[in-house]
Amino acid sequence: MPFIPHTEADIRAMLASIGVDSIDALFSEVPQRLRAGDHGGLPPGMPEADIMRLMRSRAGACEPYRNFIGAGAYEHHIPAAVWQIATRGEFYSSYTPYQAEASQGTLQVLYEYQSMMTALTALDVTNASLYDGASALAEAVLMAVRAHKSSRRVLMPASVHPAYRRTVRTIVRNQGIELIDVAYDPERGHVDTASLDRLENDDIAALVVPQPNFFGVLEPVDRLTDWAHAHGALALALVNPLAIALLKPPGKWGANGADIAVGDGQPLGIPLSAGGPYYGFMACRKDLVRQMPGRVVGRTVDLDGKPGFTLTLQAREQHIRRSKATSNICTNQGLMVTASTIHMALLGAEGLRRTAAECHAGLMHLLGNLSAVPGVKRRFSGPVFHEAVLDCAAPVEDLLRALRAQGILGGLGLKRHYPELATGLLVCVTETKNECDLLELAGQVLRIMGEGRTSAAAERTIAH
Amino acid sequence: MAASACARSPEFALLIFELSQPGRAAAAQLPDAGASASSIPPEHLRSEPPDLPQVSELDVVRHYTRLSQRNYAIDTQFYPLGSCTMKYNPRACNAAALLEPFLALHPQALDETGQGFLACMYELQEMLAAITGMAGVSLAPMAGAQGELAGVAMIRAYHDARGDAARREILVPDAAHGTNPATATMCGYTVREIRTGPDGDVDIGALAQAVGPHTAGLMLTNPSTLGVFERGIEEIERIVHAAGGLLYYDGANLNAILGRIRPGDMGFDVLHLNLHKTFSTPHGGGGPGAGPVAAAEHLVSFLPLPTVGRAGEAYRLLGADDCPRSIGPLSAHMGQAGVLLRAYVYARMLGSEGARRVADFATLNANYLMTELRNAGFELAYPQRRASHEFIVTLKRLKERTGVSAMDVAKRLLDKGFYAPTTYFPLLVPECLLIEPTETESMQTLDRFVAAMQDILHEAETDPQCLKSAPHTTPVRRLDEVKAARELDLAWRR
Repeated sequence: MPFIPHTEADIRAMLASIGVDSIDALFSEVPQRLRAGDHGGLPPGMPEADIMRLMRSRAGACEPYRNFIGAGAYEHHIPAAVWQIATRGEFYSSYTPYQAEASQGTLQVLYEYQSMMTALTALDVTNASLYDGASALAEAVLMAVRAHKSSRRVLMPASVHPAYRRTVRTIVRNQGIELIDVAYDPERGHVDTASLDRLENDDIAALVVPQPNFFGVLEPVDRLTDWAHAHGALALALVNPLAIALLKPPGKWGANGADIAVGDGQPLGIPLSAGGPYYGFMACRKDLVRQMPGRVVGRTVDLDGKPGFTLTLQAREQHIRRSKATSNICTNQGLMVTASTIHMALLGAEGLRRTAAECHAGLMHLLGNLSAVPGVKRRFSGPVFHEAVLDCAAPVEDLLRALRAQGILGGLGLKRHYPELATGLLVCVTETKNECDLLELAGQVLRIMGEGRTSAAAERTIAH
Repeated sequence: MAASACARSPEFALLIFELSQPGRAAAAQLPDAGASASSIPPEHLRSEPPDLPQVSELDVVRHYTRLSQRNYAIDTQFYPLGSCTMKYNPRACNAAALLEPFLALHPQALDETGQGFLACMYELQEMLAAITGMAGVSLAPMAGAQGELAGVAMIRAYHDARGDAARREILVPDAAHGTNPATATMCGYTVREIRTGPDGDVDIGALAQAVGPHTAGLMLTNPSTLGVFERGIEEIERIVHAAGGLLYYDGANLNAILGRIRPGDMGFDVLHLNLHKTFSTPHGGGGPGAGPVAAAEHLVSFLPLPTVGRAGEAYRLLGADDCPRSIGPLSAHMGQAGVLLRAYVYARMLGSEGARRVADFATLNANYLMTELRNAGFELAYPQRRASHEFIVTLKRLKERTGVSAMDVAKRLLDKGFYAPTTYFPLLVPECLLIEPTETESMQTLDRFVAAMQDILHEAETDPQCLKSAPHTTPVRRLDEVKAARELDLAWRR
């Protein structure tokens, strides 16, 4: 039977030592009614060769596409070394570094991760990661409310990823926290700053500031950060960690910088992988560190004065504080962070900046190509990073279906998330797309839109 | 032997930052420098690059390979960490999850492009429901603690939907994991602890007095964190349900009963599983885990999103439109999808018979190890009880006699080539070691562990200082945790 090494002789010897005559006897304290019957309910077990054959066939049923969807999960090059090292058994099959002396590898990786993430965000401290970007935002909302003390109202712009907003609602809904929508400017696609000024009750714990926002548009982060601080609220940055290798980091926003920054670390070495596992990061100002949830690694010295690493600030955590903990969280995303640390080390600041710049340049290139397509135009006028919303004259779902038939995932239709943007298509370009890919997408859109609208003559023109 | 083991390794690792040389790079990984960001308004641009290391690819590969060697892991050591189920993580699970088509799947296009993946997820839901005896499963929660959050939020949604707003209290045994009370607080509940009787079972009288119209539910781990099966579970179930409360099953210890006893049959209304424990997905140095929730029929409609539905041969993710009573999503996408794939492969490799043998051999190993350690002179916390898949040794008297603490024994085990058991948890038992061998360890490994523990017991009597200053062979010695917390150094600075 898989993974159980016992021989018949072992079993006999072990039962004799215990003083029982069967394994069944070891369950004698369980009420008889509960022990009755066969409770498996699984199909018959499979040897490795068979399950790998099945999994290859299941994987084969997932067809490859040229992907232009972003929406919170981004396709990037990942150096081969990243996952070859991260899946070494010493990382893969270890656990939470409770015994620090036997876990210096994991602990040092986490300390290096924290160092890189503070450098990237330009904030003082980070934790050792949270589950994903959306749940990290929820934890940041809770943290901001704890830190603010008087207000339980948090401003949540409509330009924040809709799935993030829903996740935050699920996680904070039972704690009496009010999430207040903030409209986006229908022309520019970023937070409508005028609507902020119209808020009547200005007792606000925090303002969430996404950069770039869900539409790919760059928010006026300096103005929003300063607005939050002027109203006694924390500025809570929600950022793409790759983008901030190129864009102004949260710690430099406005006059005093954002107070907390969170986001999803997926763009830094984590494959799309159907949506997870990714990891959430969280950075903050030093004076907020004791309000921060999650594991934190510190550098210290051992008995001989030699440098070493250990979990620290555990007095915040559930295994000590129980019902008064900062969060119930008791893990991080260790393996993902390990991969991400290796990824950041390999790319360095220059590699990350070039990657970000190439994503942006690719998007601008695509937008240039598409500007020649009748019936397609940019929805928002604000500056963008590597995603943009297109306004399509043809039904978006039909366009996407036709593109899939050509092996292209053309973007994300916005109708489900924003009824007022029913004709909106969110398209993303990363450095994984070359000029041919961009031309192909634009050409296919031109052809499909042409088919929908006019004649075969147009199609012949585009075929060139 | 103690003297030679006290020799120490001089090596220590530089930080990756300390290997950095200005102008060095892993050139094969750099995109062209030509891309322009000139269409981004300058006020949005970063003025100074982040201070990341400048190193070659070989620097990186060597550095992180060497760091990996400064870890104990299941793949290198016996890892009897109680309550964590550190069993072998089959490599096939990893290989399958890393198949390129799965890695390339975009989470916003699963219905259209991920049918093979969704088929695995649908079947995993079905298998987890069957093996727990519950009506429905959501794979959404990203860790055990998030599964708890989902489960307790479902309990609250259930009461709220019935207009039963007076139920504001969650009962938790005093032996419970700290996540239980922390979770109840996050769901807006107050927490009342129920004491444990001298034999390790929940004090039924105390429970009966505590329940009432204010009781939202009871969170229970069974077998408990004390390593014993709650013999009064049927009565506990009657008491809580009679008071109108619901029963939450913390699946932390499901490995002890997998395929043999179903939480559904014990009367639980909702539960979470820790796939990184029971279904052998990797612990990864502390995550990612996965904590699916399973619910009885009356709670299925509250399950978190997304779940996977099937119509004919086609699978699709179900969202808020399909499940309007759901408590909502817990992540941006599909939870810990890649972890779920690994669990699926593991479950298919086990099958029903294999699942049952997990419980059998986890229990056999625990009871054998408990017996052998008792014979070696260690004191058990609950000597009159059978072990489940884990058990507790208490070193209270050893400490009184020799000054050697549970911490000292744990540290000394590291010198002997073993990871340490869980120490000082549960809080109820003084100077405790919570020991969980799991089913994947052989009798011979357990015997070597017993021999090491016997050595340590001898050392405690003859050379306690060697234990108090242990470990001696690890890359660092005991660390100054007070300094770590007082003089916070959480990031390297130039």
